[in-house]
Parts: sequence; C-alpha cells; structure tokens
Amino acid sequence: MLIKIQSAADVQPSEITPESIYQKRRDFLRNSIGIGLSLAAAGAFSPLLAKPDLKLNQLVKSKYSTDEKQTDFKDITSYNNFYELGTSKKDPSRYAHELKTEPWSVTIAGECEKPGKLTLEDFIKPHALEERIYRLRCVEGWSMVIPWVGFSLADVLKRFQPTSKAKYVAFETLFDPKNLHGQRRRVLDWPYVEGLRMDEAMNPLAMLAVGLYGQVLPNQNGAPLRLVVPWKYGFKSIKSIVKISFSEKQPPATWNVSQPSEYGFYSNVNPAVPHPRWSQKRERRIGEFRKRKTLPFNGYGEQVASLYSGMDLKKYF
Amino acid sequence: MVLTPEKQFKVWVKPLVFVAALIPVAFMTIGLLMDTLGANPIEAITRDTGEWALRFLLLTLTITPLRKITGQPAWIRLRRMLGLFVFFYACLHLTTYIWLDQFFDWAEIWDDIVKRPFITVGMLTFLMLMPLAATSTKSMMRRLKKRWVLLHKLVYFAAPAAVLHFWWMKDSKADISEPLIYTTILVFLLGYRVIAWMQKQEYSIGMKTSRTSQKLS
Repeated sequence: MLIKIQSAADVQPSEITPESIYQKRRDFLRNSIGIGLSLAAAGAFSPLLAKPDLKLNQLVKSKYSTDEKQTDFKDITSYNNFYELGTSKKDPSRYAHELKTEPWSVTIAGECEKPGKLTLEDFIKPHALEERIYRLRCVEGWSMVIPWVGFSLADVLKRFQPTSKAKYVAFETLFDPKNLHGQRRRVLDWPYVEGLRMDEAMNPLAMLAVGLYGQVLPNQNGAPLRLVVPWKYGFKSIKSIVKISFSEKQPPATWNVSQPSEYGFYSNVNPAVPHPRWSQKRERRIGEFRKRKTLPFNGYGEQVASLYSGMDLKKYF
Repeated sequence: MVLTPEKQFKVWVKPLVFVAALIPVAFMTIGLLMDTLGANPIEAITRDTGEWALRFLLLTLTITPLRKITGQPAWIRLRRMLGLFVFFYACLHLTTYIWLDQFFDWAEIWDDIVKRPFITVGMLTFLMLMPLAATSTKSMMRRLKKRWVLLHKLVYFAAPAAVLHFWWMKDSKADISEPLIYTTILVFLLGYRVIAWMQKQEYSIGMKTSRTSQKLS
C-alpha cells in the first residue's frame, strides 16, 4: 500500500487557484492598469512600453505625487536590491523569472476581526488604483523618483478590522528557495519580514503598489504586491508580500535583526543620523551627476513628522 | 635565434602584461562614455577601481612564490610594473572618491576618515602605497640599499589593510563571498612566505647545531 506523507511544503489541492480565477485576476490587473494583453506579453519590461498609454487616464492621480523628474524606467527596473534574486544590483532583473507570481495569495492574520487567505484578485478588487509619484531613498545613499501604481495601505488594513490590540502590522515576503536562488544562501534570515507601527501604517502616504510607470510591477521590483513607505529607507518597503499580520508587540524586521547597530526598526530617512559606514547627509539621485542634500523624512516631514513627536530619533533611528 | 627567458620577458611578456593591465581602465572609460555602467556609474567606477587595485596588489605578491616555485628568476621583471599598477588603480579609486563621490567636500572627507573605520583603513593603505611607488626607481633602490628592502616590507601591511578595507566596506553579515575570496588568496600568499621563512630558520638552526656538534666532537 502506498501512503503519501504530506510535508509542510506540499501544496494542498485546496490551495491551487483554478486557472479561470487567476486568468480573471490577470485580466483584472491588466484592465485596471490599462495595458493590453499583447503588450504585456510582448515583454512588459521593455522601456518602450513605459510611454504613457491613453488608458492610463483610468488611474486616479494622487495629491501626494511629486512633480520632480521621474527616474528612467530602465534604471528603476535594472538597479535593484532584492536579495531573494541575488545580492548584486543587476541580479534581480537578471533572475526576475525565478519569482513565480501566479498563483498568488495573501494571508491576513493576527489581531483583527477578519483574518483569512485572499487571492491577489480579491485582495486588490475593492481598491481604485491610483498613481503616486514618490521619492525613494535607499539607505545606501542613492535615490529615485518612481511613479507607483497602487492604493492606500490604510484602506486595505481597515477592511480586516484590526482590534484594539493591533499596535503593529507585520509583512512577510514569499519564501520559495526552490525557485529564488538568493534564499538558498543564508545571507539574511529568510523569509524577509518588515513591520510598521499601526499609526505609521495608517498614514495616508503608506501604500501598497501593484505597478509602476502604468504597468504591472516587474518581478525585480517586488511583484505582484509590495509596500511603499516613502519617508523611510527603501528596505522598509518590503517586496512580494504573502502575509500581513497585526500584532501587539513590535514585529522583527530582517535588516534590523541582521545588523541592529546599522538598521533600526524605524529607519526613517534622516540626514542627521549617519549609517555607521557612511554619512546620510547627501544622496545621489540616479541619473544625476552631483549629490543632493537628503531631506528629513525624505521630504515628507509635513505629513509624517508628527508621528514621531517627542521621540529621540537618534535613539529610535 | 633563441631568446633567453630573461630576454623573452623583456621583449614579450612585459609589454603584454603592461597592455593587459590597462584593459580594466579602458573598459571603465568606454563604459563611462557609452553609458553602459548601469544606473549608478560612479558607484561602479568606485568599486571597479578599488577591486582592480586590490587584485594587482595580490598579483604583485604572487611574483616571489612564482619565481621560487618555477625556478625562473625572470618573473621578478614584472614585479615593479605590477606594483605601480596597484598605485595607479589606487589613485583612480581615491580620486573617484574625493572628486565624484564627495566633490572635494574636505570636511565630509575628514569626517569619513575619522569616523568610518573602512575609510580610515583605506586611507592608511594608500599612505603605505605612496612611499613604495615613490621609491620604485632603480636609483632609489641603489640609494636606499638595505633600507629599501626594509621599506618595501610595507607591502605586507598594505595588502592585509586593503583586504580589511574591502571587508569593512561590505556588510559584515550580508554577502561576504567576495572579501572571503581575497582573504583566502592573501592567506595563501602570506602563508607561503611564513613557511619559507620557517624552513630557512630551521635550516640555519640546523647549520648552527651541526657546527656546534662538530666543535664538541
């Protein structure tokens, strides 16, 4: 007699999304973002497609957008930190195919009234997609201006009705070492995890992105769903999210666990607090020759500084 | 006519190695002009010049073992040139940092040197390479005699310092594969010298004891 022993890694038949559903989801994403099937299939990452499409008018414009010059699509999609796909900047675009984004589901857990597991389609469906052009400041000292497509994180979190115990919200990236070669090396503690204080997460600037430059997120940029917290260093904006959970205690954050002296839990952009190995006073905007001054909270102080009033930001860096 | 190994090195090997040593800087220049160095070309130049300085430094240290293992003294003809290429790439590396990275902001640069150990060590390495490059000529060699040999032992401090500079620049816990490779090579190169030195000691001790025993008998 053959007995099949189920291992934790085995996919339950119930977990497999029927093709019809994920096809629908694909259509949904495509229609929302306004790019035809042929274009998306014919190399969605070609910079040519970054040209604005008429249908992009469907995207809601955001009042939080900056009018600064946007970084080239090519640079945004070929200069990435995504250690799951390799540790060099060029690796994520080179190994983008290793990330399997279909089927995709997001688990909601912890201190909330409506936990559960949602398909990506159900997760995104209730939200109108908007374009938000944000500055992104990497902790390494470079920055970009990226036209994200997504929706407010607060709107998402409210749907699941966090309880009064929910003081923090934690995020988790896909763990798939079979495909993601970077996760086969213990460079970091996999899976990548990040967290925000509840009031930070509820700030209107915090968003979840599903696209950039009017098209579906390229894998190297954290497809199909990523966080964008523009007043914090880039590593806080966790990519390829599979789990969101509410907690009473401060959740672990991967880089903070790896190097607590170098990467704080808050990691707000702060020119006054140097990284131990380099100054954070200035940054190189990708595409520019000379460095520019780094602004407190990456220039979003007006919207977020009040979250930290009374806190010693040198201590809680 | 058959060339002696000495002549071969002079006529063929040395010019070839000279041209080969310029290939990295040629690639960097072309990359900069054609804009093929990626989204952050200054970062790429900083990294590449630094890595090539380190590679040439380790290459310089392989000459002596190579000479002894192959029994071919002509290798020594390459050492000074390789050493000067270390200095060449180190100068490019430092210039990139001072000019393209810090834009001659001396206060910031001083801050870096004082506060950031990897920059401190990098600067120290460069300071050690300076007298080596300055005294690389034949006339300096003649003038300094034994002191020249002593002075050039500085390379045994400069090489570990350069590797340390690379280690500390990288995350100590994230991807350390590259610094690890350079460290391994350095350990072999210095280890070879330590073993050679120990064998020499044993030999001379052996000579002494045999002499004493002869006296005793």
